[in-house]
Amino acid sequence: MIIDVNVLVGSYPFRRVPGSSLGHLAESMTRLGIDQAWVSHLPSIFWRDPMEGNEWLLKATSDMVAMVPVPAIHPGLPGWEAELDRVVRLPIPAVRCDASFYGLDPVGEEMRAMVRACAGHDIPLLTAVRLEDGRQRHPHDRAPELAAADVRSWLRVDAGLRLVVTHADRAFIEEVHFGSTPSEASRVWWDVSWLWGPPEDHLQQLLETVGVDRFVFGTGQPLRLPEAALAKLDLLGLPAEDRHRITAGNLSTCLSRTTEER
Amino acid sequence: MGRPGGDATMLIDVHAHFYHDRTPRQDWRARNESRLRAGEQMGITLHIASILGSWGATSPTYFPSPADLDYANRWMLDLQRAGPDRIAGYVAVNPNFQRHALEQIDHYLGEGMVGIKLAASRRADDPLLDPVCRAAADHQVPILHHVWQHRGRDWPGQEASDAVELVALAERHPDTNFIMAHIAGGGDWLHSLRAVRGVDNVHVDLSGSGVDGGMLEACLEAVGVDRLVWGADITLDTGLAKSRYLEHLLDGDDVERVRWKNAAVLFGLPVARETTS
Repeated sequence: MIIDVNVLVGSYPFRRVPGSSLGHLAESMTRLGIDQAWVSHLPSIFWRDPMEGNEWLLKATSDMVAMVPVPAIHPGLPGWEAELDRVVRLPIPAVRCDASFYGLDPVGEEMRAMVRACAGHDIPLLTAVRLEDGRQRHPHDRAPELAAADVRSWLRVDAGLRLVVTHADRAFIEEVHFGSTPSEASRVWWDVSWLWGPPEDHLQQLLETVGVDRFVFGTGQPLRLPEAALAKLDLLGLPAEDRHRITAGNLSTCLSRTTEER
Repeated sequence: MGRPGGDATMLIDVHAHFYHDRTPRQDWRARNESRLRAGEQMGITLHIASILGSWGATSPTYFPSPADLDYANRWMLDLQRAGPDRIAGYVAVNPNFQRHALEQIDHYLGEGMVGIKLAASRRADDPLLDPVCRAAADHQVPILHHVWQHRGRDWPGQEASDAVELVALAERHPDTNFIMAHIAGGGDWLHSLRAVRGVDNVHVDLSGSGVDGGMLEACLEAVGVDRLVWGADITLDTGLAKSRYLEHLLDGDDVERVRWKNAAVLFGLPVARETTS
């Protein structure tokens, strides 16, 4: 069983990206044996109101059992609480909020309210550290990358928050994990999409120091080749049980309360 | 699970690195071993590698001193001799020390190394690089040239070149083959691909940590199958991903060309001659 928590659909404003439709995603999932994808709407990350992408996303994925939507919430816009209240009643695994892409202060009052609201609804919050390598971004693509301090801050706002963070590198993860209490750190799950395999072996080291339980499978497709996330797992040579925890098992912990309620 | 690299028979990494005992990294031995171990898993048949001086211990990585280069090249040659079936070496030089650079090239290519590595000690279009390029043509070996894809400005710690500057050099030396390093190693790869599109003696190395969707398609569109060579640099996992995706994009023989045949011809490896004959 492989669940990809880091999937985007729709066009990207800063360069041509093939394979951005749901049909292409279905092909890619078949090619790589991915059983389920957590799908976010890529264009609306850059819209003034990212929540306007939710309706399309929910409708487009409604007949696709292998694709589950992750609606976006912008806590700086009027009425965001009502949108959150609406979408958490649907069969979704998480909501996403990309504060810096929305132009929000990641540690400002809007994000603190968002964190508290997610904790209150008992729904995991998904966010990306980045979408592309900073050295290649379009001149107009200037949103700051998420900082490790932002994530540490959110974890301290509400003890009920559960976070899924994508596109984080080794240093980021170590800074949050060892800069948090064990209880705080146990509420973050990291996708493997931005972690290096051999010969630097960042992922292997993190599995030893931070622990297998903290990692989930994510590709970042179609902005990134989904083959990369599988390749790094293949090269690890993990016991089947540990591999399963990363590809699907750990999410059951992340989602347990959410799914029980629904 | 089968071999992660699939069933293809050969795979040549044209952009590998090793470390030695005088680098700042205490884990240098583990990193070398990890590269070889992962290479075996992936089916890499030949690592063509360089060592960039002392990797910063006694001179900067991208501005290595002559003494550091000689030590590193000697170490690289020893690695090649210890595993000639799976390791081959580039002789790394700093063109600011021109006489030393040419001596290193003559010596280490004479000892059996297979290419020249130019990193970022001097801009690619600088005339100081001309004697190095002539030496490469004389010895019939390619130059792997470090490139910052659309560098835009100077970056700390290196005098990086971009594809436009490498193309200027390549056009002055039509008899020398160049490998533009790590298209996926950071920066605007679309800018680089536009620059090298019509320049037949510049080959594109696929290495680097980037695995951007659309990058391989853009590479194929810009330079075709014949001028792409597979490499990994310091992330073998992304190299494996690109190899797998190529199998999705291309037919059998075209995949083989990118995986190893183009490299075998560029480096004049015996296997290329056998294949041709």
